[in-house]
Amino acid sequence: MAEVKIDKMDNLQFDVLKEIGNIGAGNATTALSKMLNAKIDMKVPKIDLLEFKDLSEIIGGAENIVVGILLTLEGDIDGMIMFVLEEASAHRIVNLLMNGLCEPSEGFNEIECSALQEIGNIIAGAYLSSLSKLTNMTITSSVPYLAIDMAGAILSVPAIEFGKISDKALLIETEFGEKDDEVNGYFILIPTLESYGSILTSLGL
Amino acid sequence: MGTMVKVGMADLNVCTPPDAITTLGLGSCVGVVLYDPNKKICGMVHIMLPDSTKIKNNENLAKFADTGIDELIRRLVAIGASKSALVAKIAGGAQMFAFSSNNDMLRVGDRNVEATTNKLLSLRIPIIASDTGLNYGRTIEFYPETGELVIKAVGKEIKKI
Repeated sequence: MAEVKIDKMDNLQFDVLKEIGNIGAGNATTALSKMLNAKIDMKVPKIDLLEFKDLSEIIGGAENIVVGILLTLEGDIDGMIMFVLEEASAHRIVNLLMNGLCEPSEGFNEIECSALQEIGNIIAGAYLSSLSKLTNMTITSSVPYLAIDMAGAILSVPAIEFGKISDKALLIETEFGEKDDEVNGYFILIPTLESYGSILTSLGL
Repeated sequence: MGTMVKVGMADLNVCTPPDAITTLGLGSCVGVVLYDPNKKICGMVHIMLPDSTKIKNNENLAKFADTGIDELIRRLVAIGASKSALVAKIAGGAQMFAFSSNNDMLRVGDRNVEATTNKLLSLRIPIIASDTGLNYGRTIEFYPETGELVIKAVGKEIKKI
């Protein structure tokens, strides 16, 4: 199996992971776009190797309030996939999805939370099924879990997973947004270190 | 007005008045404040994991409850704090996502709090205040002048312990 050292990856390994982010997020964005019936653009995925203390800065600072939808992964790939949205974007998505039936308000009610979880479910499914096809690996995911809180607190969950194997976190991160920038957020795929190895091996590296 | 010393994830620092020390967005991590009330010297460590001996990659001392607290004490004593005078205030260790499974990997907040408490107990450092567990993130600020730990959370009133 390909040996992966998180802080010593070569350019080829980086590029492959970037491509995985590209394909996965591309499918997820398409799913989201169809679901909302809106045009959603995706930026070129980034692979970031970050110090823990810089981690929350990628989503507007540790105290920025975000919506995090997390699914744990099992099967040939262990880890997590996380979908992070700015609070305003989450409201906008829910509204688009529910045809404006929701009252704009502070926070999220039960139906809105449930809608967000379902959105997480569908787009994570799209991301993972493309990854699964590409690598020929079986990946199953848990039910979606939702949290609305400070970015630092939400990102501590994947960060702790990385903490077990490294002093840095490796993120496959894709930013997406609607044309007028009213919906934006991130997909973050967080495989365990062994799973990085299996992903790269399955692709012949 | 002093400056606010920032402590990042898996990081630690010390400070004295008029400065204060803070860590932002604690989730399942635990923020440990150690304080010498006589000399008004304090320090904070933002720990991520309970036990350095179970992890291979353990060079960053501030990442773990056991090594993080030891290192913080060393730093405090180095700037004049008395080890026997130290008291502790702790916050954090939330479970951010309402996981239904008993998967150990997901209960890390509880385990961090437990490990921190045990470590402090073994060093005979009394925990004089704590705000841990539950399911929300916390930003904490400690003021060595007054010995107050201020806890901010989304949609909740500011708490002082």
